[in-house]
Amino acid sequence: METASPHTAPPRPTAPHTTRTAGAPVSLKTPGRSRRPLRRRLADQATAYAFLLGGLLCFALFSWYPALRSMVIAFQKYTPGAAPEWVGTANFTRVFQDPEFGAAWRNTATFTVLALLIGFAVPFVLALVINELRHARAFFRVVVYLPVMIPPVVSSLLWKWFYDPGTGLANEALRLLHLPTSNWSNGADTALVSLVIVATWANLGGTVLIYLAALQNIPGELYEAAELDGASVWQRVRHVTVPQTRFVILMLMLLQIIATMQVFTEPFVITGGGPENSTVTVLYLIYKYAFLYNDFGGACALSVMLLLLLGAFSALYLRLTRTDDR
Amino acid sequence: MTQADQRAVRTLVSPLTLGSPRGKVLYWTVFTGVVLAFALAFLFPVYWMVTGAMKSPDELVRTPPTLVPESWQLTGYTDAWELMSLPRHLWNTVVQASGAWLLQIVLCTAAAFALSKLRPAFGKVILGGILATLMVPVQALVVPKYLTVADLPLLHISLLNDPLAVWLPAVANAFNLYLLKRFFDQVPRDVLEAAEIDGAGKLRTLWSILLPMSRPVLGVVSIFALVAVWQDFLWPLMVFSDTGKQPISVALVQLSQNVPLTVLIGAMVIAALPMIVMFLVFQRHIIAGIGAGSTKG
Repeated sequence: METASPHTAPPRPTAPHTTRTAGAPVSLKTPGRSRRPLRRRLADQATAYAFLLGGLLCFALFSWYPALRSMVIAFQKYTPGAAPEWVGTANFTRVFQDPEFGAAWRNTATFTVLALLIGFAVPFVLALVINELRHARAFFRVVVYLPVMIPPVVSSLLWKWFYDPGTGLANEALRLLHLPTSNWSNGADTALVSLVIVATWANLGGTVLIYLAALQNIPGELYEAAELDGASVWQRVRHVTVPQTRFVILMLMLLQIIATMQVFTEPFVITGGGPENSTVTVLYLIYKYAFLYNDFGGACALSVMLLLLLGAFSALYLRLTRTDDR
Repeated sequence: MTQADQRAVRTLVSPLTLGSPRGKVLYWTVFTGVVLAFALAFLFPVYWMVTGAMKSPDELVRTPPTLVPESWQLTGYTDAWELMSLPRHLWNTVVQASGAWLLQIVLCTAAAFALSKLRPAFGKVILGGILATLMVPVQALVVPKYLTVADLPLLHISLLNDPLAVWLPAVANAFNLYLLKRFFDQVPRDVLEAAEIDGAGKLRTLWSILLPMSRPVLGVVSIFALVAVWQDFLWPLMVFSDTGKQPISVALVQLSQNVPLTVLIGAMVIAALPMIVMFLVFQRHIIAGIGAGSTKG
């Protein structure tokens, strides 16, 4: 793909830049164009940058600048409107000493692991089963994706109502099955799992659809060959389906880790971080530092930690997808 | 099922096994089970929400609950509409989403066009910088982004409580820009050069040649852009402290404590309805887009 791309990099100019016009830096030795008059090339660059400018400004202001700034403010005492003071690593030590800090990372890690365990096997099995069915395929796809389209705030409020210990649907279902009722999101030891269920319900549709697409790319001959060799259904799943979809599985796993480590809406709406801090997540803590404690330095210190951790996962993801490209 | 069909869709279980009497029984049992499970897991909660708003407050909290409302009332919806000033919050959401969509389409398309076809100096560096933002988790940067929006560098103006606070950051969407750029990359240069020889300027080439060819990818980008704004919660929660400016997602949470449950549920249905309708209308494109986007990168 890279070779076919018309956007090949011009070789680094050996001559120093002699000309610069306002807003349009110019490299002089573009191959194949060197015979065009300078004025024409400048005009071309001006046009290119005119097209690029709006998007570029937005990226600069709302992506690049905040990313750099979080690393600066993390070492500052920052109050909006006042001049920032350098405080060294004081923000980090203060955040470390917060008892909620440990809880937030623990909860986020537990949430991510649980979401992987539940939110991973379930969509794979669902996709596997749907792929075998020959009827009502459109129905399955639409229905499984429906919760993804419901705004997260609505699905969170909906499940908060289901989790009501007295009249909620969750306990009604348990009573119907003659099982003991649960406190769901209102109990310190069940709250986190309850939130994982909500997140899984709301998001698994996308995963199922991606798996389905991957399953359809598996050549049927592989299954036929395996069957001729006497492989059972289970063995075919293990030795054909899983290896053939391994790459997609890995990709989705990384994407899911990145997404669930940033969970905010569910704990904010359903539990408010409680009971007993059992559902405070890292992002929730960042929000609290900024908007409840007015401590932007602390919030940025936390953001930087999350940034570095998730950045590592994202880098891995991008590396893997790029090697697949070639 | 014809023989050709069976060939085309050879999957885990062979058509031969499925065709046997025992296979047929098994297939239809599994099929019925899956249909019921899907309906129960994904449709029933939605049904419960839609009918919950139609029950009377007494009926709503009854145990065991009624499966069908005793009398179908619309007061849950009408009260929500008025009590929670939903028209205003819906309007705010529409303004925020459509503005973000429009700006994103215009600016991302223009930038992708420049990066793909116009050979700007330092284009590789800029593209690298844009792709690098894919590695930065969006939510981890909300606080510094908030501080930037609250006091724009150099200009020193605040965009808080202004739809621009949603519109402008939405443009910095590396994923959509990359989708567009990759699509433009596949358009042969000859096509554009032919247009130029005919005397068309860059803008005209983009508008009359490239954009009509890009309809599918523009559709995908549009849907992603609209859905993202409509569903966002944390960012509008931070940026719109003024109740009158809040989109419906923020207003729902802020007001959820102060209204009766039937009214809240009515408001939830109303908030979800535009997304559900959009999904049902565009489901083919959305579902195809997700499947294709994943396997083709």
